[in-house]
Amino acid sequence: MELTRRSFLKLSTGALLLSSIGLNLDPVKAYAAELRTKGAKETTTVCPYCSVGCSIIVSVKDGKVINTEGDPDSPINEGALCPKGASIYQMANNPYRVTQPLYRAPGATQWKKISWEEALDKIAKLVKTTRDKYFITKNDKGQTVNRIDAIAHVGSAALDNEECYLLQKLMRSWGLVYIEHQARI
Amino acid sequence: MTNQFNDLKNADVILIMGGNPAENHPIAMKWIMRAKEERGAKLVVVDPKFTRTAAKADLYVPIRSGTDIVFLGGLIKYIIDNNLYFKDYVLNYTDASFLVDPNFKLPDELDGVFSGYDEKKRAYDKSTWKYQLDENGVPKKDPSLQHPNCVFQLLKRQYSRYTIEAVSNITGAPKDKIEECYKILASTGKPDKVMTECYAMGWTQHTVGTQNVRVFSIIQLLLGNVGMAGGGVNALRGESNVQGATDAGLLFHILTGYNPTPVASDVDLKTYIEKYTPKTKEPKSVNWLSNRPKYIVSYLKALYGDKATKENDFCYSYLPRRDDGQNCSWLMIFDQMYKGKIKGFFAWGQNPACSGANSNKTRKALAKLEWLVCVNLWDNETASFWRGPQMDPKKIKTEVFLLPCASSVEKEGSITNSGRIAQWRYKAVEPYGKSMPDAEIMNELYFRVKKLYEKEKGAFPEPIINLTWNYGETDKNGKIKHIDIHKVAKEINGYFTTDIPEHPVDKKAYKKGQQVPSFVYLRDDGSTACGNWIYSGSYTEAGNMMARRGKEDPTGLALFPNWAWSWPVNRRIIYNRASVDPQGNPWDPKRAVIKWDAANKKWVGDVPDGPAPPLALEGGKLPFIMKPLGVGAIFGPGLADGPFPTHYEPLECPFQENPLYKKHRINPTVKLFDTEEDVFVFCDTRYPYVGTTYRVTEHWQTGVMTRHTDWLRELEPQMFAEIDPVLAKEKGIKSGDKVIVSSARGKLWAIAIVTPRLQPMKVLGQTIHIVGLPWHFGWRFPEDGSGGDSANLLTPTIGDANTMIPESKAFMVNIEKA
Repeated sequence: MELTRRSFLKLSTGALLLSSIGLNLDPVKAYAAELRTKGAKETTTVCPYCSVGCSIIVSVKDGKVINTEGDPDSPINEGALCPKGASIYQMANNPYRVTQPLYRAPGATQWKKISWEEALDKIAKLVKTTRDKYFITKNDKGQTVNRIDAIAHVGSAALDNEECYLLQKLMRSWGLVYIEHQARI
Repeated sequence: MTNQFNDLKNADVILIMGGNPAENHPIAMKWIMRAKEERGAKLVVVDPKFTRTAAKADLYVPIRSGTDIVFLGGLIKYIIDNNLYFKDYVLNYTDASFLVDPNFKLPDELDGVFSGYDEKKRAYDKSTWKYQLDENGVPKKDPSLQHPNCVFQLLKRQYSRYTIEAVSNITGAPKDKIEECYKILASTGKPDKVMTECYAMGWTQHTVGTQNVRVFSIIQLLLGNVGMAGGGVNALRGESNVQGATDAGLLFHILTGYNPTPVASDVDLKTYIEKYTPKTKEPKSVNWLSNRPKYIVSYLKALYGDKATKENDFCYSYLPRRDDGQNCSWLMIFDQMYKGKIKGFFAWGQNPACSGANSNKTRKALAKLEWLVCVNLWDNETASFWRGPQMDPKKIKTEVFLLPCASSVEKEGSITNSGRIAQWRYKAVEPYGKSMPDAEIMNELYFRVKKLYEKEKGAFPEPIINLTWNYGETDKNGKIKHIDIHKVAKEINGYFTTDIPEHPVDKKAYKKGQQVPSFVYLRDDGSTACGNWIYSGSYTEAGNMMARRGKEDPTGLALFPNWAWSWPVNRRIIYNRASVDPQGNPWDPKRAVIKWDAANKKWVGDVPDGPAPPLALEGGKLPFIMKPLGVGAIFGPGLADGPFPTHYEPLECPFQENPLYKKHRINPTVKLFDTEEDVFVFCDTRYPYVGTTYRVTEHWQTGVMTRHTDWLRELEPQMFAEIDPVLAKEKGIKSGDKVIVSSARGKLWAIAIVTPRLQPMKVLGQTIHIVGLPWHFGWRFPEDGSGGDSANLLTPTIGDANTMIPESKAFMVNIEKA
């Protein structure tokens, strides 16, 4: 008997009634065992949405996220999740994501796929060209400022701490002072 | 947060004002409900809307958006008039008894401004905003709190006009509800009663945002609720790692660990250190920031390694410096961009075309860029701005890149929650498609830009070429193959750069390359490197503290000291030295955060705010260690708009005048913007309703993540506008009707929801209606346009006088049936 999740739910509701009159529940039990992410590798993550910091168990099989659920070991959320936290399965398996770098040339009406190599080389050149052209060594008062006002950055509260650290390090090494993120809005 | 999410369960009274946790931080609600169920705590909600949190409240009080200072100023008056403040706490741990300069004047004396206002500069000369000092250089005090110039008496005078009658008149809250509310909140001015507060953008997104938070901080000091379990002032931050990103200095005004960014007049390291290292003559003050030199030098060592030497000022000149007074905050970025001054722009994991105020200005600004790099999981309104509404792609010359990055389950690293707890996340699967972890994208850009400078030279290449980047194995070209994120975490924690045979802190020997145990070990001589001093202790020789999963709760207060790691030094409740009396005994022994063990001469409980003995004992120190005078500041001269919070109307409001000060309708120190996009109105019949923005549980921020999640989009598919039944009847609008909401800056369609959650209010004799607007939608997705667009098309370009956070919570709109 092949069961979908929906028919299983229907059957299990019915089965509760039926079991009381002595019917065989083995197929239901077998399906339930199968649901328990058997053989999957579990890791933990922290929800990427609000700032409560709820812990989530991520189950992976064959390189694919097959289940996500609240982590009962976390004293912060004790296994509970809100609708957003409960939906990160769909963040991990999401058909709308961008799969490779996209490029839009000046005046173009469409995106064009571009390789990482080409995209990164182009960006690096733009950073250098703009930086070299607009770099301010000394301000009007003759004070050393060593900065670039013509390049700005916003983001990112969506990154990990280590990435945020690297990002401010990188941007400041280029001389940026227009550096902001979500905290300002 | 001063405290923790779990700690909400320890409160007797929970005030939710300026936030809506049931909707936006749902699991926080678990702990609020536990306080209600287990302690019989009272939940009080003050909000323009009867929110989902209000639905669980013991008392709900409606107020007009933008009048929080009036409401809370009235509470200060109530506390003082009825003698309900916590006297021992106020006398010992705050500046209430300090005498202020006799020339300092309150707004009641000067038609709505404090002494020192310069109308042309829209700024204050703060020379009278100071304490009177005695011959030893410490503030003069009057412990009787009677001196007319003491902080306490000034506070009393400042709010003398905030009667319940006046509060009701201005806020629109009913008098009986105000009084009931004040009674509950002020009941916590006793040693064994504690109130906590949770706020979010409902307080910060106002032109008086900082003062909204401050007015409540003053109340918590008066009631003795700071440092206590179940107390504090708690910002519910909006993003999973907005705390960490702030700690990491991804803001124009701060480097890592809240060290200020240098400006042009900070000509060398010595000048910088002298200017930003606070000094104190108060012998009982710890003045923790006197350690600043150690933190800034260790930061420079982390950035520039062996290249940073004492002789070259530790490469201080490599840090970019703003001009003095140059504000580079969010609104300024888009203003400068709109004016064509910014040529290249990175939007890294953010969607400013929908998230910033005045989206039309933002979107037009993007079209002036030469190039734009977006890093995101999805295409969004920013990356695709050139094909958005009212854009002609053929005329837009901006070169745009959209780089796909890995999601949070496709890489590892830590994030820091609102309670300062840094928790480790593990990689579960490989990045989707050809997407790359953000750190790898940074690695690629670092390497490529550096190579170009090595090859072609160019403007000031030294900070680029000499930057440390030792995060793993290199390939044949010298590029790090993959960033080892643990190496980054270790650099953030800090390490010794030379052998130290005998460290002055513990007389122990440390080897070069060894991790520092905590920031106490950092030095200002170049012998330590540390990326972010407040995270020092997070990744030590004992391992990755952020990955810990211990569930012990020795205090019984749900502090969970072995669950992950919180900054600073794993302290779970900050200012906790204020939770004990001057002898070191907890004000409330049933909720002892820390206590002094006299026999063993040490603190037990949470990690204390410094090891010094309690105030009254020999060598004792004052509790507020981050303040140079060691006490909580009721008088706050550091702010731009006044040492006490005072009411000003929002930039856009329904009235011609500020009911308190005829001459100053709005905050006199906010920056006014001057482009043709920066229009605003007040008391204008074309835009008669108060607009306010908020969020819903099913969506997040501009909705890029949640609109692309089918389950969530199905639950909340499109833009809506909430209005009260009276306004609906007046306008002939029914639930489900399509409506057009407009402001002086833009308009958008929405589906009307007619709801009694909103009610008309009587304010200053007028009837005020509120239009509630979520801001999760955007034209780009769903692709058929069925979601609508961002509520920020309506919000004005104006920011808080201190932070420049936009005023998205109170502005004027019109609503019509489409």
